[in-house]
Amino acid sequence: MTASLVMFYIAGAVTLGGALGVVMTRNIVYAALGLLASLIGVAGLFLLAFAEFLALVQVLIYGGAIVVVIIFTLMLTRIEDFENLSDNVQWPLAAVVGATVFGLLAASVMFTSVRTVPREQGVVEFVSLGRTLFVDWAVPFEVASLVLLVALIGAVVMVRTGDQGE
Amino acid sequence: MIELGHFQVLSAALFAIGLYGVLARKSAVLILMSIELMLNAVNLNLIGFAAFVDFSEAQRALGQVIVIFVITVAAAELALAVAIILRLYRNRSTVNMDEIDIMKW
Repeated sequence: MTASLVMFYIAGAVTLGGALGVVMTRNIVYAALGLLASLIGVAGLFLLAFAEFLALVQVLIYGGAIVVVIIFTLMLTRIEDFENLSDNVQWPLAAVVGATVFGLLAASVMFTSVRTVPREQGVVEFVSLGRTLFVDWAVPFEVASLVLLVALIGAVVMVRTGDQGE
Repeated sequence: MIELGHFQVLSAALFAIGLYGVLARKSAVLILMSIELMLNAVNLNLIGFAAFVDFSEAQRALGQVIVIFVITVAAAELALAVAIILRLYRNRSTVNMDEIDIMKW
């Protein structure tokens, strides 16, 4: 077992443990912290898959911005429910659905015929990443910025109070 | 040595956990968190394919660019979802999805 595989199992355990924390815990603040652990674990997995820039982006955007926004949302809604969350009555069905999806995906992974190469190194250079993003995919990049702008303006309009912005 | 299968199984597990969270949780904020988990599972899968399949350098960069687009759209989706949740809380004083049935026929 190589060192990279050990690192993979550690990062994977953090990711899955955090994710289980999100869906299992009774306390919603612990769920947010579990989400943070899971997202940081995914950043570590990105590093192991030679995606250094994306690991950076993951920590900055998910760890920095998205978790903070979610915690703000928690603070602005229903503070008295923090420590006694309950699940739907349909949660056993949801567990069956989740297990079935995992079983199907794992089985299809077993029988795939994709040609893979085991790699020990092979970072994608920032230069080629930038060239792909800003030359080959420049128009979708601009469209994505427009999507973000529209979403942010829409969010502001939606939370504004109805009577002339009072 | 890490292989593609490791990433795929891990990504499938993360996606299944997120799906369970979306279906079983009551709070809208927790459902939002579970959706973020599912999006991360997809990103993990894309990065695994970009790293461990026999692709050229440009194709591997393209896989990472797709992940950047997914993260962008996820951020936009989160902003709108938070706005909807806050609006809902102001109008109905709850974020419990079982009590929000105004669009149920």
